[in-house]
Amino acid sequence: MSNFVLETRNLTHVYSKGTTSQVDAIRDVCLQIKKGELVGIIGHTGSGKSTLIQHFNGLLKGSSGLVMLDGKDIWEDKKNIRDVRFRVGICFQYPEYQLFEETVYKDIAFGPKNMKLSDEEIDKRIKEVISFVGLDESYLDKSPFDLSGGEKRRVAIAGVMAMEPEVLILDEPCAGLDPKGRETVLSLIKSYQKNTGSTVLVVSHSMEDISKIATKVLVMNESRLAYYDTVDGVFRHAEELRSMGLNIPQLTQLFLKLKEKGYDVNTDIYTLEKAADEIMKLVKGGAEK
Amino acid sequence: MISDITIGQYYKENSIVHRLDPRAKIILTVMFIAMIFMCKNFLSLALMIVFVIFSVILSKVPVVMFLRSLKPILPIVIFTAILNVLYIGGENIIFEWKFIKITSDGILTAVFMAVRIICLIVASSILTYTTVPTMLTDAIEKLLSPLKLFHISVHSLAMMMTLALRFIPTLIEEIEKITNAQKARGADLESGKLLERIKAIIPIIIPLFVSSFKKADDLAFAMSCRCYTGGDGRTRMKQMKMKASDFVSLLIFALGIAGVVLLNIYFGAVI
Repeated sequence: MSNFVLETRNLTHVYSKGTTSQVDAIRDVCLQIKKGELVGIIGHTGSGKSTLIQHFNGLLKGSSGLVMLDGKDIWEDKKNIRDVRFRVGICFQYPEYQLFEETVYKDIAFGPKNMKLSDEEIDKRIKEVISFVGLDESYLDKSPFDLSGGEKRRVAIAGVMAMEPEVLILDEPCAGLDPKGRETVLSLIKSYQKNTGSTVLVVSHSMEDISKIATKVLVMNESRLAYYDTVDGVFRHAEELRSMGLNIPQLTQLFLKLKEKGYDVNTDIYTLEKAADEIMKLVKGGAEK
Repeated sequence: MISDITIGQYYKENSIVHRLDPRAKIILTVMFIAMIFMCKNFLSLALMIVFVIFSVILSKVPVVMFLRSLKPILPIVIFTAILNVLYIGGENIIFEWKFIKITSDGILTAVFMAVRIICLIVASSILTYTTVPTMLTDAIEKLLSPLKLFHISVHSLAMMMTLALRFIPTLIEEIEKITNAQKARGADLESGKLLERIKAIIPIIIPLFVSSFKKADDLAFAMSCRCYTGGDGRTRMKQMKMKASDFVSLLIFALGIAGVVLLNIYFGAVI
């Protein structure tokens, strides 16, 4: 057994190798993710985030390098790749487009059924997961196509959660949702990680969203792994992040500006509470320049 | 496999064939097809093949591209050839074993059929490789415009074709996305018996249909927002004009067909 649930070693993926349109989607990525971590993956469009996560469950195979799940190479035995997919669940961008069954119940059951679980077990899991995503059991008999956008999204996420993967990966789970929907989905993800102790990876554009829930942040830039550190640790590189075209949370920006003006403040601030404390400290200290 | 589809693929190049008027090219393709099916002996077949080879060279499209469009058709070619060999009867029996009877007529038909299908694919590939899909549908609209007399909305037909061609790459991308999503949920698409495999397609087909209908809806809405009301009174920024080269190529192909007919008459038909 390894300390790390997910590990990559020099993982590289080249699209259309040998042709004129050759692109290095990811280059030399080495990372180690501990069990139970909630990792936010951020990066500019085209930085290789989506390509990276598709390697974690073997949808893509790296041109070179290794992906290890619990210390074992996932490609060791090709036949076991489906088992890897049950252990590493990916919920793609706009997952509502994957819904296809007549009822919500059947759609959530698709994953667990593929795992060949017993009917009772599937039933149990569906009931658990539907209430977990904040929908009541009356939804189970509805057609997924009659639901609202936010509800569809939650049903689709539930479909992946019902497989109870050791590692749950969500690609832009908040894309296209209104602020309230974002809030719901984010807190859902956080409580899933807390309740089940699973490792969760969330891909997002928004530093604000990530800083709210993540324990670790992974930054991708131009196909390479730029940082993998705690939220504080990553935000300390605010300048570099900005040059990568990433927006740091507005609060952090504010404190950076204050620092520039010569105030003695910490710049690793991204939650409202911390900001309030820091401001209070400043006010009490007489705001010395 | 899905990305092997080459329908509507355009190969950017600046050749004589690329510069021909798309209407002329469509007529030339029809003449080509006529020529392919008119050859009745080896000499006329050879003349037709010369036309195919010259057209390919003039188009400046690499031969690899043609091989790529032939690849998916190959099983059909082989299958029809085998059927022809086995089922065409005749006097001159070459080989007989139990119920299998192979005649020289059968072999001849098989060879002719195989060559014809291959030439057919190559000829129509030249058209799609050298013509932008929108130009192609514009040309079809122009060529079919006499049908307006029978109150057939030619413009709508052409627009539908343009849209269908336009959405092929989009749909391919969509299929890949949905397939990945279902695979991530453990969908097994690669193994199982025939019936299981057919069933395994359902989780891909249904979301594809749903999103296609949604896309069609959105597109119709976007088009009416830009005041699209159909073909009546619509003018074009780029008018198509037949040039001397177009008429010359039409003439050459007409001579080609005449040549095939004459060769058929003088040297007799083998099939």
